[in-house]
Amino acid sequence: MIKAILIFNNHGKPRLIRFYQYFAEDMQQQIIRETFHLVSKRDDNVCNFLEGGSLIGGSDYKLIYRHYATLYFVFCVDSSESELGILDLIQVSVIIVNVCFHVQVFVETLDKCFENVCELDLIFHMDKVHYILQEVVMGGMVLETNMNEIVAQVELQNRMEKSEGGLSAAPARAVSAVKNMNLPEIPRNINIGDINIKVPSLSPF
Amino acid sequence: MALKIVKGSIDRMFDKNLQDLVRGIRNHKEDEAKYISTCIDEIKQELKQDNIAVKANAVCKLTYLQMLGYDVSWAAFNIVEVMSSSKFTYKRIGYLAASQCFHEGTDVIMLTTNQIRKDLSSPNQYDTGVALTGLSCFVTPDLARDLANDIMTLMSHTKPYIRKKAVLIMYKVFLKYPESLRPAFPRLKEKLEDPDPGVQSAAVNVICELARRNPKNYLSLAPLFFKLMTSSTNNWVLIKIIKLFGALTPLEPRLGKKLIEPLTNLIHSTSAMSLLYECVNTVIAVLISLSSGMPNHSASIQLCVQKLRILIEDSDQNLKYLGLLAMSKILKTHPKSVQSHKDLILQCLDDKDESIRLRALDLLYGMVSKKNLMEIVKKLMLHVDKAEGTTYRDELLTKIIDICSQSNYQYITNFEWYISILVELTRLEGTRHGHLIASQMLDVAIRVKAIRAFAVAQMAMLLDNAHLLTGNMQRNGICEVLYAAAWICGEFSEHLEDPNQTLEAMLRPKVATLPGHIQAVYVQNAAKLFATVLRKHEGATDSQAAQETSQLLVERLPLFVQSANLEVQERASCILQLVKYIQKLQQKDVEVAEEVSALFAGELNPVAPKAQKKVPVPEGLDLDAWINEPPSESESEDEKPKAVFAKEETKHSRPRHTEVDEKELARRREARKQEQANNPFYIKSSPSSQKVYQDAPGVEHIPVVQIDLSVPLKVPGMPMSDQYLKLEEERRQKEKAEKKKKEKKKKREKHGKGKKHDSGPESEEDITPAHHVDIVTEEMPENALPSDDDDKDPNDPHKALDIDLDNLLSGTNCRPLADTEKLPVRTHRSEPLKSPGEDGDVESVPQEPKKRSSKEKKEKKKDKDKDRKKSKEEKKKKKKHKHDAEDEPAELPAEEPVKSEETNEVATPPTSTSAEASDLDFWLSSTPVAPTAKEVAAPAPAPAPAPETSLAAAPDSEADEPKDAEPEEVKCSKHKKKKQKKEKEKEEKKEKKKKRHHHHHHHSDGGEDSVQNGTMEEEEPLPPMSNYCLLAENSYIKMVYDIQGNLQDGSQVVVSVIFENKSDSFLKSMEFNVLDSLNSKLQRPEGAGPHDGLVVPFQLPPGVSNEARFIFSVQSIVMPQKLKGTLTFIVKSEDSSTHEKLDFKLHFTCTSYLITTPCYSDAYAKLLESGDLKSSSLRLEGVNMPFHHLLARICFHHHFSVVERIDSCASMYSRSIQGHHVCLLVKTADQTVSIDAKCDEPSLLGNVLDEIKQTFSQC
Repeated sequence: MIKAILIFNNHGKPRLIRFYQYFAEDMQQQIIRETFHLVSKRDDNVCNFLEGGSLIGGSDYKLIYRHYATLYFVFCVDSSESELGILDLIQVSVIIVNVCFHVQVFVETLDKCFENVCELDLIFHMDKVHYILQEVVMGGMVLETNMNEIVAQVELQNRMEKSEGGLSAAPARAVSAVKNMNLPEIPRNINIGDINIKVPSLSPF
Repeated sequence: MALKIVKGSIDRMFDKNLQDLVRGIRNHKEDEAKYISTCIDEIKQELKQDNIAVKANAVCKLTYLQMLGYDVSWAAFNIVEVMSSSKFTYKRIGYLAASQCFHEGTDVIMLTTNQIRKDLSSPNQYDTGVALTGLSCFVTPDLARDLANDIMTLMSHTKPYIRKKAVLIMYKVFLKYPESLRPAFPRLKEKLEDPDPGVQSAAVNVICELARRNPKNYLSLAPLFFKLMTSSTNNWVLIKIIKLFGALTPLEPRLGKKLIEPLTNLIHSTSAMSLLYECVNTVIAVLISLSSGMPNHSASIQLCVQKLRILIEDSDQNLKYLGLLAMSKILKTHPKSVQSHKDLILQCLDDKDESIRLRALDLLYGMVSKKNLMEIVKKLMLHVDKAEGTTYRDELLTKIIDICSQSNYQYITNFEWYISILVELTRLEGTRHGHLIASQMLDVAIRVKAIRAFAVAQMAMLLDNAHLLTGNMQRNGICEVLYAAAWICGEFSEHLEDPNQTLEAMLRPKVATLPGHIQAVYVQNAAKLFATVLRKHEGATDSQAAQETSQLLVERLPLFVQSANLEVQERASCILQLVKYIQKLQQKDVEVAEEVSALFAGELNPVAPKAQKKVPVPEGLDLDAWINEPPSESESEDEKPKAVFAKEETKHSRPRHTEVDEKELARRREARKQEQANNPFYIKSSPSSQKVYQDAPGVEHIPVVQIDLSVPLKVPGMPMSDQYLKLEEERRQKEKAEKKKKEKKKKREKHGKGKKHDSGPESEEDITPAHHVDIVTEEMPENALPSDDDDKDPNDPHKALDIDLDNLLSGTNCRPLADTEKLPVRTHRSEPLKSPGEDGDVESVPQEPKKRSSKEKKEKKKDKDKDRKKSKEEKKKKKKHKHDAEDEPAELPAEEPVKSEETNEVATPPTSTSAEASDLDFWLSSTPVAPTAKEVAAPAPAPAPAPETSLAAAPDSEADEPKDAEPEEVKCSKHKKKKQKKEKEKEEKKEKKKKRHHHHHHHSDGGEDSVQNGTMEEEEPLPPMSNYCLLAENSYIKMVYDIQGNLQDGSQVVVSVIFENKSDSFLKSMEFNVLDSLNSKLQRPEGAGPHDGLVVPFQLPPGVSNEARFIFSVQSIVMPQKLKGTLTFIVKSEDSSTHEKLDFKLHFTCTSYLITTPCYSDAYAKLLESGDLKSSSLRLEGVNMPFHHLLARICFHHHFSVVERIDSCASMYSRSIQGHHVCLLVKTADQTVSIDAKCDEPSLLGNVLDEIKQTFSQC
């Protein structure tokens, strides 16, 4: 089980939090602070696992994190999850967020490197990132690991939102243009190791 | 109205959306809180508007603020409003907000039930999806109870997207509403074989989570998971399953044996590190579970260790970390294999990554030996000095102590060194483990007699320098060691050089700042020291010095008498008065030393911490019996109003029970224990201590330690452990030299006196300890009971999910779903939803549990024929109601108005549960790699109900039903054939992969086609095969049998016999007997005579078959053999019962002594080259079957495995139970098959070849 997903930046500012177990808001903030404290003092070339201990859960729980340029992605998981699997899952999530965002709307910030995620995406579109994440992890359990499937579902839902006119006057274009992307350009040397990720080949809808 | 709308939309133009809010917050860095509070005010305004879009926007912003730590629960109702919007956009926002801030305490959550139900049944799959996702985060017990049925329906939704979410959320539902587990489980199990990989993965996920907490209930799913493991290509699923197997193997070692082979293959073949790592982990778990039983897995251990070494050597820190983690698991059972990688692990101690250092520390525990302990600890001490951060330093400290004290100080050769290490550790700043060090000091000083003098000297020094330690006053701080120091100095004060000085040190005014419990020990031990001083001086007739000491005590003790700590105060005042009295006596020149010493006389023996708990209750003593009859309840009640101490009275009075049942007693005992534990005045009985002192031999009888003072040790000042290291090396060198000398001169007598130990090859274990040490073992009471303190957390939510699902799985009537286990039906709803498309669904939902229960009833009645008609009618009625057959697939076989035979098979007799259980047994006990075993298993459990039900689970199974309705025999064989066909196909596939997996026909058949996912390349399907051949048959009973070698025991074969009742009567009291030959004997239970029959452990109702297994011991296996036997049984029909018997001949072929064993081609080649094998050959003419059929037949009927196959040529291998190798080279050309064979036993080979010939002549 995944107990929590925390995304915060290099200064500990939360960018997305998702607890799969109830904590009051002040407790959530404390957990974020402590996690940030633990994670931020680690070098980039040390291992990505931390025994969280007293933080959430107890000895059965581990913090598994990845550090991208300005963001930390931290998953708090118990022993039923594979450590390397979760590391890959983080990577997959980041790639999906990139695939969904780095189109049209943020052309100016398009990061060539798909290994990194743009913090601005998260800052301004926390809700969208939540929706993406919901297709990957549900109720603390991994729902889907197939990138094609996830991207397709996210896109279908966004289309639906679009057909309803979106939330505000400014149309929610953000996630809609996945299929317009020049997919072959996505670097294929992504070091994801063992998940069978085929870079999405979106069928025309 | 229109104006209002216009106004609303104009307002909206000025509303901030989420992006504006974020931008605003970023622009107000200085007064963020203020800005946000104005934003919240705006949001509150927005929420008051009618426009749902505005509300949704506001809720969206609230979700963001919630992330920043603002409590938004006040908007819960608005969130519910947004959730119930008909637009997906808003609904999604609402559910997101709800999932972020709703929890069990949110009261509006109960308003959502109907909304969620509506969304769940929405025609738009994304509405349903969003509702499921949201629900997964805030499901409460009420929601779970009310919605369980709806979600269960969704598990069979047509869209995989919904199915996978519904399956996954079931876990949350189970947690909150455990009653739903049993009714939902069959469908969940079904989803393991869903055609959609996502759904399958979700089901695996859920079952793995369930099984992790209560593994034993899921053991029966092992065959199904095994199949998934060998067929799935999804690494996520594989990882989950492999992890699950890791949890299951400790419960069932045979499962482990089965797993080793496929896991090893995966380890070799996979390129995914995560999968590799989990495989290694599970192999380790298997090896741990097997470690007691079979030690023959050194190859697997080597493989694991070797793979882990690769991980540890990897530059990726993550792999390094995991490698070390897994290594520590191996360490527990196979320390030797890990020790060979010591270099690597020591290297990791210097890693810059703390996590890795910690893991390496864990491993060190198993790395030490007598030889290197000092060296390793020295290294750790260096780390202690360098370490920054107290956590790591404390970790190091505990590890040092762990390593040194492990297995009763096994590796310590020099306890002086250890004491000095402990003393050095006291100098650590800010450690929290003072207590740990103290207990080690006490332990060593008490148990290692030889060290006492040294320990006392060191402790005296510590006491003298106490000021160095008292800086850290927090509890568990280092000052705890003073507790130990004071006690050791006092208790063993006869070893003190200058007790006066120590006494003085213990009575310094500064001591009063120590924690109370330490002061108390100081005071008490000061008295002990005082006694020692007195005795010393009296001997020397130096009354002046003794009186000075008394004076010192009289002066200093008042300080402690004033202590705030009760214990200190009490002891101090007591001792002060004593000393004053002694002082008086001293002034009269009375000799008191003797009497004072007597106060503290006697040796304290170490007592094991658990000793008291383990004292057995003496026979005849009933701890629960009342000593005095308690006053009767009525009395006390009568007096209650009058009595002054009424309260106390009632507390002690208990109603008198003349008859009390066990449970009640246990409950009371518990309550009393509780009461006693809470009662400070209750003196707990301590029979142990009495016993110990009575029975303990006197001090003189404890083996006295010989101190070898060959190395004089006098370390001035604080000891340095390093010096010991040097000295130790010198000593060892010297010893070695001496030994050499000894060997040369062969003058044993001279040296024999000096050294106690024998000379031998200089190995690690032979390093002599510096002191000959007897470690006094801790005392335990006699007849101590082994205690198993298995305490589970009573608050664990998973406890409620500990539900036996096996009975359910087998679908038998032995424990069907009870009426209470039905999922609640929405009967309270007056009118169901009326959208036309949903009609069917909605109606079928409440239908479901009813059907289920009627099935139960029906099954219960099955035995009685008279009820059958009625139930059939019921069924027919129900059929009309049935809207969607797949909705309740488990019903299918029962729904069919089938003939009696069929029904009988479904409604199995009580014995079938044992069949189910023995089924798993069978799956497990068969040879791990035998393709034959699969087939063998196939016909055996056919009568068990599960295949029927699971078969029916496939939606298309309805089409199959008519076939099943054919006359029994035909049906049976057809049915089997179908299965076997499928199995054969699978087998082919597997053989190709060179993996000989096993699979279980039983749970698997249902979704066979779906699971294979088209991955299968089809070769021409094989005809059905069975190894079961007819044993004997008459009008009542039919017996078929198969013989299998027993892998574990080279002299045993297992004969599996399936008994099938062909009559209309009940068969019982079956007795199976065989006339033993010299070579083969039926194994009978102990005490049975050589001609007694074995009772078949079941009875057979009409039409039912079941399997029993008999073990035979054989001596020579080179010749086939026939044994005569008889089955006697009683036929019981309604009006009569008759004795019947049936004779048979058991044919032990040579093939039955062969066990399918895999062999790698290189090993095979080596075997052939060795030249130890005799050869023979065989030609078969006119065989016209495809080559792969031919091979499959040989594999199947003769227990061979294919080593290599090239075109029309294949090499095969098998092994007999006694270890003979049998190698075949099979070639085919133009309907001619030539088999060249080699074996180290020619007669065995000849017979096997004859049997192969026989096999092919039959077809």
